Amino acid sequence: MAIKKYVVGSFDDEAVLFPAVKKVRKAGYKIHDVFTPFPIHGLDRAMGLRDTSLHTAGFLYAITGTSTALGFISWALTYDWPLNFGGKPFFSLPAWIPITFELTVLFSAVGMVLTFCYLCQLAPFVKKDHFNLRSTDDIFLMALECTDKTNETEAVSFLQSLGAKDVKVDRKEDRWWLGRYDKEQILEKKTEEVAA
Amino acid sequence: MGLIRYESQIRPPLVEGSKDYHQVTEDICRPVEAKPSRAWWIGLIVSIVFLCFGIVSVTMEVIYGTGQWNLNKTVGWGYDITNFVWWIGIGHAGTLISAILLLFRQGWRTGVNRAAEAMTIFAVICAGQFPIWHMGRVWDAFFVLPYPNTRGPLWVNFNSPLLWDVFAISTYFTVSLLFWYSGLIPDVATLRDRAKKKWRKMFYGVAAFGWTGSTKHWQRHEALSLVLAGLSTPLVLSVHTIVSFDFATSVVPGWHTTIFPPYFVAGAIFSGFAMVQTLLVVTRKVLGLEEYITIEHIDVMNKIIVLTGSIVGIAYLTELFIAWYGANEYEWYAFAQNRLNVNSPLGWSYWIMMFCNVVSPQFFWVRKLRRNLIVTFFMSVLVNVGMWFERFVIIVTSVYRDYLPSAWSTYYRPTIWEVGFYLGTFGLFFTCYFLFSKFFPVIALAEIKHILKRSGDTQKDKMDNLEKQDNDGFADEHSHDHGA
Repeated sequence: MAIKKYVVGSFDDEAVLFPAVKKVRKAGYKIHDVFTPFPIHGLDRAMGLRDTSLHTAGFLYAITGTSTALGFISWALTYDWPLNFGGKPFFSLPAWIPITFELTVLFSAVGMVLTFCYLCQLAPFVKKDHFNLRSTDDIFLMALECTDKTNETEAVSFLQSLGAKDVKVDRKEDRWWLGRYDKEQILEKKTEEVAA
Repeated sequence: MGLIRYESQIRPPLVEGSKDYHQVTEDICRPVEAKPSRAWWIGLIVSIVFLCFGIVSVTMEVIYGTGQWNLNKTVGWGYDITNFVWWIGIGHAGTLISAILLLFRQGWRTGVNRAAEAMTIFAVICAGQFPIWHMGRVWDAFFVLPYPNTRGPLWVNFNSPLLWDVFAISTYFTVSLLFWYSGLIPDVATLRDRAKKKWRKMFYGVAAFGWTGSTKHWQRHEALSLVLAGLSTPLVLSVHTIVSFDFATSVVPGWHTTIFPPYFVAGAIFSGFAMVQTLLVVTRKVLGLEEYITIEHIDVMNKIIVLTGSIVGIAYLTELFIAWYGANEYEWYAFAQNRLNVNSPLGWSYWIMMFCNVVSPQFFWVRKLRRNLIVTFFMSVLVNVGMWFERFVIIVTSVYRDYLPSAWSTYYRPTIWEVGFYLGTFGLFFTCYFLFSKFFPVIALAEIKHILKRSGDTQKDKMDNLEKQDNDGFADEHSHDHGA
């Protein structure tokens, strides 16, 4: 659990946000995160985020599914209890293709969704601090981390020069915690508001 | 800077009414946040009544056996499997809209995909009832699962299409549910952030899993959606193919034909889109969402209906031709005497099927009819009736008079409990749909916002300037920028 200080700028147009992100990175500020109501194509590259490894995970889960299906079925029907089904050979691979395919898809899908939830730290009852409730509605938020070397007033005016509509300094909880949404879980009083 | 995506003005806008992002949120969340209307309560209560009748019908069958459904040699499958295939077929359109149209980059899917995916899940739940309850000894239903047991251990028959069905339907249900829910998380987060009442905040807060809208999370979300779409596409094709194998791998004349896999899949998409139309024509009117589910959406879906209906028609004629041309006289007999012959006991069902599935969708070649809501609604119901008859014809007319005349059954008639079970699944489906439309947004909120600046009508007007630019200037300014 860690309360950190952030300089938060709100944008109402993604066409303004996009070049702003690039300029902020060039100026050397560390972007904690950008919150948007919908995915913006190319924003992850602009922020310098690395590509997700979710695809690789999905592929590995799929291979697990295929091998589980083929391995188990061939063991059960050729070694453990072979049965004569209409004179067909014990090892009848064509008949096993449907189940193998289904298990491949099932393992991959379930595995990927669980991995997605784990990586993004999403689960029922998980609570995270929100910078602005409208970031799931219609505004785009950029949060810059405030280290010891950051001059907050400079950061605020820089963001405003890039087109941010509402910039302030905020103290927010960095990590997630468990709880119900209606219970107030403030760990520290947040009072600082730097006016323009 | 390549953020403004160009889309031709010839393509009609997908979102009408000059919306901005906040307006979109308001419009789509309004039905969820409003008090339930009287129409909603009436619809829900009627659905629950049907559901209760279904529960009573199923109880009768479980206590007294499948004879309650007039099932015996040789008609061992009647309404039960007809309804199973019918509901599964309906479910496939939802997956097609979400998954296949995502892969084909069709922006119009965003208006309809959330409701269609919900429809899929409810249809699969309804479909799954039939294989379970038709077992007779339902308390032994777990026998179909390959678990280590004290009977040997006795494993299941992995070579049987009936078992492939178990895996296919379970997988299809699970993957559809995951795809639907993972897409729903950002929209539920919007509802959570707008919620004022305590119970709403709690319910949507738990359901949203703590979603914040962070870019890294969106990146992963997009990757997940794309891969789930890529997985669901072959899943749709495989699940209904496996269902068709229930018939195609047998030796019954009228069932043992290799055309069944593509025939069934095309038919599934056909009936599924018809059900989507039935639901959406009403939903868009009642919830006031005509600017998001536009006439354009209805038009395009009707085009798919005429396409798949024509494929189904070709499949019927191919099947008929091969039955005549092929060497198997029993196969031809199944068509000539059990189906084409209007004087045979069940021949009438074949002709209803032919009219509803082959003739009626052809009306949608006419643009004016495609864009007419009343015609769309009645046609969609007609298509679903026709598709029900298709499964009935395949199952019952083949099996009630097959190889040996001394084994022929008397005329197959459904009982009240069979019809009750079917009506019960309608009750289950609509109960789920009413609850879904009240508590969750029926349109994919984040996805509509994603296409708003490209396909919304305000943006289309701005395309004028872009279209006047010369080619090089256009390419320079609007080349695809990966944010280097």
